[in-house]
Amino acid sequence: MWMIVLLLLPACLALAIWLAPSERVRPWLVPLGASIYLAAAQFVVWGDIPADQLSAFDGWLQLDPVGKLVLAYLSAFFCLCAWYVPGYLALRAERPNRVFCANLLLALAMMTLVVLSHHLGLMWIGMEATTLASAPLLYFNHNARSLEATWKYLIVGSVGIALALLGSFFLAYSAIHAGLESTLLFDDLVALGPQLSPPWLRAAFVLLFVGYGAKMGLAPMHTWKPDAYGEAPGVVGALLAGGVTSCAFLAVLRVQQICAGSSQADVTREMMVGMGLLSMAVAGVFMVGQRDFKRMLAYSSVEHMGILVLGIGLGAAGVYGALLHLFNNGFTKCILFLSAGNIHRAYGSKSVDVVVGALRRVPLSGALFLTGFLAITGAPPFGPFLSEFTIANAAFSTGNFWAGGAYLALLAVVFVGMGTTVLGVVQGNPPAGDERGEFRDSWRTTAPLVVALGLILMLGLYIPAPLESLLRSAAAAMEAPR
Amino acid sequence: MTPQIVDLIVIAAIGLNFVALGVSRARTVIHAVALQGLLLGILPLFVHPHLGLRGALLAVGTIIIKGIVIPRLLFRALREVTLQREVRPLVGFIASLLLGAVVTGLAVMFSYTLPLAREHAEQLLVPASLATILCGLLLMTTRLKAVLQVLGYLMLENGIFMFGLLLLEAMPFLVEVGVLLDLFTGVFVMGIIMFHINRAFDSVSTEHLARLKD
Repeated sequence: MWMIVLLLLPACLALAIWLAPSERVRPWLVPLGASIYLAAAQFVVWGDIPADQLSAFDGWLQLDPVGKLVLAYLSAFFCLCAWYVPGYLALRAERPNRVFCANLLLALAMMTLVVLSHHLGLMWIGMEATTLASAPLLYFNHNARSLEATWKYLIVGSVGIALALLGSFFLAYSAIHAGLESTLLFDDLVALGPQLSPPWLRAAFVLLFVGYGAKMGLAPMHTWKPDAYGEAPGVVGALLAGGVTSCAFLAVLRVQQICAGSSQADVTREMMVGMGLLSMAVAGVFMVGQRDFKRMLAYSSVEHMGILVLGIGLGAAGVYGALLHLFNNGFTKCILFLSAGNIHRAYGSKSVDVVVGALRRVPLSGALFLTGFLAITGAPPFGPFLSEFTIANAAFSTGNFWAGGAYLALLAVVFVGMGTTVLGVVQGNPPAGDERGEFRDSWRTTAPLVVALGLILMLGLYIPAPLESLLRSAAAAMEAPR
Repeated sequence: MTPQIVDLIVIAAIGLNFVALGVSRARTVIHAVALQGLLLGILPLFVHPHLGLRGALLAVGTIIIKGIVIPRLLFRALREVTLQREVRPLVGFIASLLLGAVVTGLAVMFSYTLPLAREHAEQLLVPASLATILCGLLLMTTRLKAVLQVLGYLMLENGIFMFGLLLLEAMPFLVEVGVLLDLFTGVFVMGIIMFHINRAFDSVSTEHLARLKD
């Protein structure tokens, strides 16, 4: 029952928002709907609901510890972004917002489908639908540049997702080839893992990892990311960087969970470590000397998706670190993208050559942008420090000295590259006599960011006991069922 | 009897890959891909004759969406954008035909090295599927017109569909329908964006989409 409620709730809210007649009232329905969804999701995750009620349609929809973790994160993250929406749309009163508001909730419904589905075919449908639902959000500005970004997002995303479909078929075929009943039900595949035909399983993993990796924005399939994040409104960038990519990460987790018990476990882990480090390296190269601070954030997202898969590839402690990093990265990205959006609005430019002295012109947004930068690059006492440190620790304790060393070196490169750009934006005196726009910080465009900051500060200092135990059980589920 | 029909259809589908790669008129490419969709639509009836109603429904759904609705959508998009005849691809038509032949050969060779279940080893379905996937990717990457990139994506999907036929008995009906629906919505959204590209640049060439870079 609960599964259907969680799925239909955002879909019905999307419909209600679509039907709402007033351009003024509609933006407020988004945070309202997101808050209702947050309450329902958190109740399902933390309430003591018997396991049989967390399953529907013969196990096609199911909420396991990994799913609970992502749902707890996703609902909170989406709610934070949603509370920013009315403030943003009030500044963009000249643009019709019906499609924008309805699609936000529709994307949420599709992301929920990805989180709940325990069938790889259904999960694929959800992931593709997420791409399609978010495309109109990217195109909100209706200009030539956002058009280009949307087109690239659609084409790269669609090819990636098509490869993932082929990978899902290969996975089903690996069961047929081993003489088993073919299935795409997740639990069956995990149980069958050790018996699946190795060559087909390996090919399936490569295709699924490349396909869903393209949605995550791992290098070298990240090319859509800087364009999309650079041109989309800040809140859409945040939603992609923290929501859609996290769902794609969940899809990769599911695939790895199937491989964990198989003969291919070591190969797939090595591939994840390699791809993770490659993504960090590519991000580092493009971040050094980046003049556009929104594109810089996109590369930061590439980097952190790399950190996530690196953590999974390291196994055991690394998995715990990566799952924790999912929360930390998402909430910090929320701060960074939304404050960057505010700064962009205050100056009418996103180039470092124009934007100087944000701390003076928009003090709160500037300070949040700076703090977000410090947090994401791993400065204590914020949450990302803890999760990034856990992953480094996992690398060294499992004897992966090369991977651990490269990881730390790349974190340093990113710190320097990102730091140069961020400090250039916030420091100095704003250009005098060039008061473009009347934008000033207001509680509507900064309050969600302050809440997000509070969350990552809390996660850095103290992880609540229920969350800790959920993290542990989710990390345990990722290990081989031996 | 049925295996021969399957092979004939599959060979025709591969032939259509070459038509799509070798002609310049976007209309002809749409026709080729639509015909390929129609052929794939009737394929389940011959590959799995015993599937009965489910197979028939899938066939009808595939034919309607891949063979009729999507092509009409693309024709509409073309009409809106007052089609010019010449399509300047990144790679010439002869060269793309040759490349198509090369990737088809590679696909056939590769599929012989694949460990297939005994009942599938004799069929042309797997090499044809890989060949179509690769030709689709080729079309997507070497053409500048937005509509041709969409057609390349459709060809890629057709190739995946062929592989999916091996699993038809195992694949739940709902998933098949969902995949078709996603494909339709995807092309629909791409069509809208295409229309906007045309309005913004007075051309449907993606050459103009090259302003965003580092």
